[in-house]
Amino acid sequence: MTMRFDLPEETLAGVLAKAFSNRSFLIGLAITLLIVAVALISFVWTPYDVTRLVIADKTQAPSWVHWFGTDHFGRDILSMVMVGARNSIAVALVAVGIGMGIGVPLGGLAAARGGLADEALMRVNDLVFAFPALLSAIMITAIFGPGAVNAIIAIGIFNIPVFARVARAGALAIWTREFILAARAAGKGVTRISIEHILPNIATLLLVQGTIQFALGILAEAGLSYVGLGAQPPMPSWGRMLFDAQTRMVTAPWMAIFPGMAIVVTVLGLNLLGDGIADILDPKSRRRR
Amino acid sequence: MTAYLLKRLIIAALTLVLASMVVFAIMEVLPGDPARLMLGLNASADQVELLRNQMGLNAPLVLRYLHWAGGLLRLDFGRSYTYSVPVIDLVRERVAVSLPLALIALALSTIIAIPVGVFSASRQGRAGDTLAMGAAQLGVAVPNFWFALILIYLFAVWLHLVPAGGFPGWNAGIWPALKSLILPAVALALPQAAILGRVARSALIEVLNEDYIRTARAKGLPYRAVLWRHGLRNAMIPVLTILGLQFAFLLAGTIIIENVFYLPGLGRLIFQAITQRDLIVVESIVMLLVAAVILINLLVDFSYAIVDPRLRGRQ
Repeated sequence: MTMRFDLPEETLAGVLAKAFSNRSFLIGLAITLLIVAVALISFVWTPYDVTRLVIADKTQAPSWVHWFGTDHFGRDILSMVMVGARNSIAVALVAVGIGMGIGVPLGGLAAARGGLADEALMRVNDLVFAFPALLSAIMITAIFGPGAVNAIIAIGIFNIPVFARVARAGALAIWTREFILAARAAGKGVTRISIEHILPNIATLLLVQGTIQFALGILAEAGLSYVGLGAQPPMPSWGRMLFDAQTRMVTAPWMAIFPGMAIVVTVLGLNLLGDGIADILDPKSRRRR
Repeated sequence: MTAYLLKRLIIAALTLVLASMVVFAIMEVLPGDPARLMLGLNASADQVELLRNQMGLNAPLVLRYLHWAGGLLRLDFGRSYTYSVPVIDLVRERVAVSLPLALIALALSTIIAIPVGVFSASRQGRAGDTLAMGAAQLGVAVPNFWFALILIYLFAVWLHLVPAGGFPGWNAGIWPALKSLILPAVALALPQAAILGRVARSALIEVLNEDYIRTARAKGLPYRAVLWRHGLRNAMIPVLTILGLQFAFLLAGTIIIENVFYLPGLGRLIFQAITQRDLIVVESIVMLLVAAVILINLLVDFSYAIVDPRLRGRQ
């Protein structure tokens, strides 16, 4: 049986009512859904084919024919931004998955066992924190060569200690509660308590951290693609598009403006969503934000 | 306090040793023979073997690690495979660009973030706060290299106030050199300032709700004095923590931003080295940056003790 003691008198209807009156949450959710929808639509339809080069149409300013203009190969920038959303979301999402999948069990274990296991985990955390995602990406690229998968691994590795820390801190607080004592008295083991009682109670913390890391992942992926360590051409990615735009800022500024706006809007949406969720589920946090 | 500082020092040293092992291990499993790389494809097997012996590549793994790590401590990183000059010479002139850039950006973001945080916290919920935090929310979402492109367009291409890129070198004089670092520093600093400003605000709001703040007000201290002296000082711990973490992001950001502005710093060098497969340069720069991150976090730990007197008495 799964029990949730954190929200005793909160009903689902109550949470929903709060959600629909929270401006950050609503705007964030709308933006996030829009970006996800755009990415999904790009699988079946884009205004133009992003792999077809039409040199005659190169570097055209935004118009009714090409809303966001065209790049130096005559590719439609709107179509490329749409397809680029896929890459950004996929990389950031899988990186969050890696961070949660490995970090949360580790953090939970450290909180449950304490002592040496806890100390060891914190030291490994220190170690990973000393390598910014870009540095691990550089080393991974030096070994395996550049590519989207290596970007995922690099960002994912950096996410592990983040989730381990959040899970550990959250779990430590829950372990002191009386219902945990009751569960132990009922003869449940450490692993079972962790999964049945600790995890549901730190789920909101993990969800909020998840949206933050998702947003950071989008930024990191863009940075890696920009310096050539992420997705490789011809796969359009927002970072790569900005790299192509850099030398053409004077003649074709739209090549830089639209992919950049796509990144800003996506990250903004995710951050607002995270703030909103934190507000709704933990009213105390409203004061702090 | 000595016990606290000693513990942090030992942890930092341990982290550094572990990090060096990780970097060494990664470079160990990499394909490619440095000796073969230096001599070129036409070299005979005997020549390569001779150089391998000279470079100590045939020694046991542990010995090679100790030799390499010992060299690091003496700032002797070995010789670049492609340029055949000591790596430290390549690195030294690049650090003279990257380090000032990161430090200026760090200073700039702090100078912007703290007053904004104080301003917002003291006007919590009012129009000024909403506006400042809205701007901060936007600032957090802006990738620094895109912001850099926009700054170049505005201030270099359009207004001709600063150079669009390149670096004249410190020999050209302090001002021309600084001038070419202004835009990169601003591009790095503003997104960081947005994060720091948000943290400063929330930390300060937390503190301003404490009893001792009410006491300070009740004994007749003016609001400004309470805010800056009692409030900010007590809000410094989370601010310093974020500042330490941000330095790692700033260093990583420097690597990217240098490529936007064509600055001859560590970032440009590391990418050059990757394309030329000059791995000893890559591992040296990675180690240097990792050491810098660890050192900064150690300094942050030390500064806790200065800011928070309670830590000084703790055993």
